[in-house]
Amino acid sequence: MTLQKQWPIFEVFVRARAGLEHKHVGSIHAADARMAIEHARDAYTRRQEGVSLWVVRSADIVASDPDDADALFEPAKDKIYRHPTFYTIPDEVKNL
Amino acid sequence: MSPHDAHADAGNAKRPQATASNLVTGIRGSSVPDDPRFGYALHLGDNALVLAQRLGEWVGHAPELEEDLAFANIALDLIGQARYLFSYAAQLEGRGRSEDDLAFRRDPGDFMNLNLVEQPNRDFGYTIVRQFLFAAWQLELFQCLQTSRETRLAELAAKALKETRYHWRFSAGWLVRLGDGTQESHRRVQDALDDLWRFTHELFTPGDIDQAATHAELAPNVATLRTPWLARVEPVLQEGTLIRPADVTHAWHGKQGRHSEHLGHLLVGMQYLQRTYPGAQW
Repeated sequence: MTLQKQWPIFEVFVRARAGLEHKHVGSIHAADARMAIEHARDAYTRRQEGVSLWVVRSADIVASDPDDADALFEPAKDKIYRHPTFYTIPDEVKNL
Repeated sequence: MSPHDAHADAGNAKRPQATASNLVTGIRGSSVPDDPRFGYALHLGDNALVLAQRLGEWVGHAPELEEDLAFANIALDLIGQARYLFSYAAQLEGRGRSEDDLAFRRDPGDFMNLNLVEQPNRDFGYTIVRQFLFAAWQLELFQCLQTSRETRLAELAAKALKETRYHWRFSAGWLVRLGDGTQESHRRVQDALDDLWRFTHELFTPGDIDQAATHAELAPNVATLRTPWLARVEPVLQEGTLIRPADVTHAWHGKQGRHSEHLGHLLVGMQYLQRTYPGAQW
């Protein structure tokens, strides 16, 4: 018997409550999508952390290249005017 | 007599045969009034506890960390069921025994679990097949028990049903994956199925405990669970390209306290601490 290759990695996203977004919580190994959901359930939701799960093959995630970090993110640093901090908020507005 | 028959009766030959009255008390010679609920709760609780202990043996040894967690999670679900049932049984008995006393201070002959659940893990595929056969049975049983006139049993069934659906999903998924996997994995789960199938006869053969519970309208007649169980199990076997073994009508008597030699070894490990340091807490 030949040694099996390691199972692929899946990234796990958990929705903590209805209405909230799914958040990345970690990763697991699994042979297929169904097993990935089961493993994610066992590893990340056994303490009532969530009501919904997403799993996605890590290989299917397109990530930015760390070498491009300067080009991609540095230019945003000196543009504080992009933060909406220059407005005075009327007292009547509660949920902003 | 096959070696398995010898195992089934090993250690029990010298014991007085369990009778209906000492079965429901769990202690020979006890003067507790026969309550069919007590024996039935022990039977269901012992199934859960013994299988949980078996699954716990995988912790640290499963082929993948994720499967380690999966078995431990299923085991914890089963321990939850056992605790509920033992507390309930202890309360019914009213002799001051606790759930821990029932779990850790009874001898193999007082355990009323099915012979199926005490069978050793052997390999991953074998463990999966055992879980698959048992979870399918629990599903059918709990569905009926939800409407038991005994509210405690109905409550347990409603809660455990959700857990069992997951155990079923998990084990059925693996059975198909292994059955329809490599030559090696197919051979192993087919061998496991061939070996374990004979224990399923007991699942649908009413023993004294079942009969008393059915008579008291606490529980369904287990014989009626066989058809829906087969309807549940067979399509998965087919999907996993596995062949359903021939039925064997050997009469197992786990429910009457007659076990294979495996149960004694399991209990030695499980009960060691409470036997050596009675009442120890931490």
